[in-house]
Amino acid sequence: MDKVKSLEDLKRLRAEALEKRRVKTASGEVQIVVGMGTVGIAAGARETLKAILDYIEKENLSGIVVRQTGNIGLDSYEPIVQVIIGDQPKVTYGRVHPDAARRIMKEHVVGGQIVKDYVIES
Amino acid sequence: MRELALHLLDIAHNSVSAGARNITITIIEDSQVDRLSMTVEDDGAGMDALTVQRVTDPFVTTRTTRNVGLGIPLLKAAAEACNGDLTIQSKPGVGTRLDVVFQRSHIDRMPLGNLAETILTLVVGCPEVHWVFRYQVDGETFEFDDLPIKEELKDIPLTEPAVLAYLRETLENGVARVQQACQS
Repeated sequence: MDKVKSLEDLKRLRAEALEKRRVKTASGEVQIVVGMGTVGIAAGARETLKAILDYIEKENLSGIVVRQTGNIGLDSYEPIVQVIIGDQPKVTYGRVHPDAARRIMKEHVVGGQIVKDYVIES
Repeated sequence: MRELALHLLDIAHNSVSAGARNITITIIEDSQVDRLSMTVEDDGAGMDALTVQRVTDPFVTTRTTRNVGLGIPLLKAAAEACNGDLTIQSKPGVGTRLDVVFQRSHIDRMPLGNLAETILTLVVGCPEVHWVFRYQVDGETFEFDDLPIKEELKDIPLTEPAVLAYLRETLENGVARVQQACQS
């Protein structure tokens, strides 16, 4: 659709998004959680989250929910990003700076392949 | 932390953790009185006087009081080093208001940093909260309220690409407009 410039445009967008949802494949919803406690923020979690949002915008990816959470409790691995796709088990990534975030988006969220380099073994 | 906008993100997260449904962020830069102030008001759980004292003093803080770390003490120290201060007014069951003030021209004052990015990540990442953001530089004001947008979108997430683009541009342009008006 054309660029959204006003609240009026959002109404149009809503109709289009509902249409898109109806034809969505069965791969399930994607949830991305970014740890945003004090330590996470100091380690660069805002920039990581922004990189994820920019990727969604640039690649026009629908059906992805992005959430912030408090401290995940793995301070030395911050920034931490968790990816949950449909019914698959949650994957926790550590030291996710913007470059790593873009790789996770491309290879895992879009491509379905876990990016082993950043996975935190739990 | 290198930016006031990152501290702001941290403080706003305390409000989210306190279960706030409405959070209002106000930033005012005033070159006449040489002040920069940031205020975060929420309708979250609130704190009693003892807890307020604890969150501002790192040496009294115990790790058992959750959602409270070094974020506020560090910001308080930064403000005090710039002829400013940090105060918290809070009431259990009502909410919390945090005010932090800096001498705007102080050599040690942290840069404001990327305000638009902080607000965007809060609005998108905590969609259950009603966010109001006001940014004022001298006479110029930018106000952003996410409620009309959410009412229009209903169940469509804010992470829908076209919505993201709209939010990002609204915030980036609004912040830039206020800052440019001041410089000219």
